[in-house]
Order: sequence, then C-alpha cells, then structure tokens
Amino acid sequence: MKWLLLVLLTGLALLSAVLLGPTHVPLAELARSPIVRDLRLPRGLLAFLVGGSLAVAGASLQALVRNPLADPFLLGLSGGAGLGAVAAIALHLPGPWALPLAAFVGALAAMALVYRMGLVGGAALDPRVLLLSGVVVGAFTAAITTAIVSLSEAAQLRNAFLWLWGGMSDASWVTVRVLCLYLPLPLLVLFAAARPLDLLALGEEPAQYLGADVEPLKRRVYLAASLLTAAAVAVSGVIGFVGLIVPHFARRLWGHHHRTLFPASFLGGGVLLTVADTLARTALAPRELPVGIVTALLGVPLFAILLRRWTHV
Amino acid sequence: MLTLRGATYRYPGALRNALVDVSLAVRPGELHALLGPNGSGKTTLLRLALGVLAPTAGAVEVDGRAAADWDRRALARAAAVVPQREESAFPQRVRDAVMLGRYPHLSRFGAPGAADRAIVERALAQCDAAALADRWLTTLSGGEYQRVRLARALAQEPRLLVLDEPTASLDVRHEMELFERVRSLVDAQRLAAVLITHHVNLASRFADQVLLLGEGRVAASGAPAQVLTRDTVERVFAWPVAIQTFDGRPQMIPLRSQPSTESH
Repeated sequence: MKWLLLVLLTGLALLSAVLLGPTHVPLAELARSPIVRDLRLPRGLLAFLVGGSLAVAGASLQALVRNPLADPFLLGLSGGAGLGAVAAIALHLPGPWALPLAAFVGALAAMALVYRMGLVGGAALDPRVLLLSGVVVGAFTAAITTAIVSLSEAAQLRNAFLWLWGGMSDASWVTVRVLCLYLPLPLLVLFAAARPLDLLALGEEPAQYLGADVEPLKRRVYLAASLLTAAAVAVSGVIGFVGLIVPHFARRLWGHHHRTLFPASFLGGGVLLTVADTLARTALAPRELPVGIVTALLGVPLFAILLRRWTHV
Repeated sequence: MLTLRGATYRYPGALRNALVDVSLAVRPGELHALLGPNGSGKTTLLRLALGVLAPTAGAVEVDGRAAADWDRRALARAAAVVPQREESAFPQRVRDAVMLGRYPHLSRFGAPGAADRAIVERALAQCDAAALADRWLTTLSGGEYQRVRLARALAQEPRLLVLDEPTASLDVRHEMELFERVRSLVDAQRLAAVLITHHVNLASRFADQVLLLGEGRVAASGAPAQVLTRDTVERVFAWPVAIQTFDGRPQMIPLRSQPSTESH
C-alpha cells in the first residue's frame, strides 16, 4: 500500500514535470513537442535522480554517524563543490562541463580532506571526528568561496550565488545519461551495506559481535555516500533538506531497516525534488527560482514540525 | 570451544599491559565466571575472545582457530555476546531487535525466511520475552531489555555465549532469573558460556569454573571453592571479607572497616 502510493507519486511527479511549464503543451502533442523532449523530460529525470541520490546519501550517513539529523552536506562536500564552482566561474573556465567538473573535483577534494581528518586518531574512522571535520572543512571552504565572490564582478557574483542555491536549468540528456552510468555503483555499494548498517545502529562493538565488519563498512559507506552527493552537487548545485527530510519521513513510514529505507528514500527524494523543481520554474514564470530555495522553504517548516513531534514523543 | 594460552594484550600507546599471561579453556556445557575489580582486564579478555582485538603475545582460539582470524559473520554464528550496554540510534521493536541475531546467517541480499522467524520466536520464548515482542525497545525496563538482548544472542544460535555484566543495575529477582536462565541454557543446549560479573556470590553458586583477575593477571582460577578463599579475595579486591559456605559453595561477606582506635 505504502509502496503503491509512492510509485503512484513518482508517476505523478514526473508527469507534472513534463506537463507543467510557462509554455502550454497540449496533451496530444506531448510526445512530439521538442520542449518536452529536450527540456522538460531530461530536467524532470535529472531532478528525480539527484533527489533520490541525495536522500539515499542522507539516509546512509545518518546510519554511519548514528544520528537521524545528519545531512549529506554536513560532511563539508557542499563547501568543496561550491569553492570549485565559484573558482570555475571566476576563472572563466570555458565549455559546458567546466562548472560541473570543477564542482565535482572540489567535492572530492573536500571528501578526501574530511576523510583524512576522520582518520586522525589512527586507523579507525571515528564518525564524531568525521562530523567535526566536515563542519570545519565546510567553514574553511565557505570562507575562501566568499573571498573569491567578494572580489569578482557583479554578473559573476550573481551566477555564483545562484549556482550555490542549486538549479536544474543545465539539464540535458547528456547529464541524465552520465548520471545513469555513474549512480548505480555507489547505490549498489550502499544497498549491499544495508544489513550491516542496521547492526551499526547498535554501536560499533555490538555490531561487530553480530557479524558486521565495522571499519571497512564505515569506509565504504562514507565513500559511496560522498560520491552520490558529489555527483548531485556537480550537476545541480547545493540542494539542501532533501537528504534530511526524505529519510526522516521514510524512517517514520518504513522503519529503520535499510533494505527498505534506501529504495523508499530514493523514490521519495526523487518525488520531492521533481516537484520542487517544477515549482521553482513555474511559480514565478517566466523567472526561475533556484530549486534549493524551494526545498528550503518546504523543508524548514516540515523540519520544525518533525522536531516538535520528536521532542513530544 | 574457547581457549586462551598465555594471552597478553597491551592497548596501543598504553604504558602497561591490560592483560598478562591469561590461560583459560571453556568447553561445551561449562559456565565460566570471570571476576575481578574494575579495570582488571575483564572486558579486554572479552574483546580478545571475540577477535575484536588480537593478543600481543600468546594465543586466543575459538574452535582451534585464532579468534582474530575469523570472518566476523562466521564468528557471529559461533559465538554471541550479550554486551554490557548499547543504545540503538533509531527506535526499534523487540522482535526486529532479536531478528538482528539472524543477520550473520542471512545471505547478503536475502531476506529473513520462515525458519529465521521461527528461531526468533523460539529465542523470545526461551527468555520469557514473547509477550514483549511488539513493544518498542525504549519502553522496556532494565530487566526486560536484558532478556531481549539474551534472546538476540540466542537467535544467533551460538555455541559460545559471552555475557558482559548482564545483571548490572538489575534487582535481586531479575538477577537470579537471569543466572538461572543462563545456567539452564548451558546445561540443556551444552553451550559454552563465559559470564563477566561483579557478583562474587552468584558466580560462586552458578559457575563451574571461576577465573579471578587482578591487574590484568590471573589471581586464581579453578572451581569456586578453590578460588574464592579469604586470602585471595581480600588480596584482589583490597577489602576485608569473611567467607562462609552455603549449599556447598563459598559465599563472600564484605566486612565493615574497623573503627579507628583513635576515634571516640
């Protein structure tokens, strides 16, 4: 029943992404319309893939740091990606792939730095140190990013600022295809780690006694979740709250078994971001809002409600 | 089942050994109690026995194979632990928590089957926890939670059971129930069991063998009557005691410290 509803919502979200827009496309011409084929459909699919990836990354990081309030951007990746993107804009790097690649490289660099700092106490990865390192790296990269932005021209500044709030306007079939090739590996790694992650919820030592190989597990989960987040941020900027809100709702509805939590989060994240992106480009048409603003405007009140319920249980 | 031969361990960066030259052999159907003051190396011994730590000298073997060399899932099918404390990061129902004990038996992508569910129900029943199955873990009392954790360990279908201070913070009745339950499991299923506890008297009454640790070394080991003598207990715990025999087993009575002769 829950699954049926979720699949139904998935269909509805994608359909509305294709149907709605500033230009009216009659139903009969849907299949032939270049607007639908070249713009709305790849954009809707991209939003779906990015939303799903962020939600799964969030769910797995929550299990890794054993805290239901973890978010994929808590580990400093957004800062690294933002720095990469802003540097690419400030340096006028040419070509359509310069920006996403620079953001991707920035995210990976931040991931490597946070990971290295997480290992500071020895060979064991300490999730608490990991979190702190993420915050520190995030603050550091944000400082450099702001320095670059403050020294650049007004037009560049606007571009950089808008990019930081996320958007799907660069969607194309090429980006969708690249993601379709890239995403299965980290998703599969996380899905394969689903049961050990259930055990990790008990703490590292009890998890080991129940058969989880904790150190390799933590590494794999951190790397796979970071790779998902890095790809998402590279193609669409920093989109907050999807990775926090969606796993939260999925946990309420499906429980904490990651075998069901991951697929539910993926579909739920896809639905949320597709709807948010449709809103972002239609609400004030023909102007477009950065989608991160829509997810934040939706996400913060939702989160407040959740927190309230949480503290009242 | 579990063998330690001259096992020694020093934590990285520590100045002294946490465990020195400890030997122990636990066979099926035997309940061994591990006694000792705080910081005497009991938990370190548990970690060595379960292969989480590898000894810096000597050998620790489960079924004749170095504990640290076991694949974690395979070891979790042979040996189960009732940990001293744990806290689930996410809310969970009792039945699901006990099902975690089946995880080492499941294939990577396979779901728990009817057989697994039957084993979970049986484990719950064995620990008198069937009525708790649909409750949330957070609503359980200390004694109930401990029964659930024992049920989870039994769901692993282990041959070696290790309990780390399972009755800490339990009242007399729950404490006795747990010791009785562990004893009958050991007898009925021929489990090999190691019980870490601070309850010298219960250890003496329920265990076949007692290993008394002091500052990481074996202060005494053997049958309760051999180990729990006044001299040994006073030396290890650094407190005056009297020893009396009850049901043929030594029982320890800690003495009040003598009033100083200078006080009036």
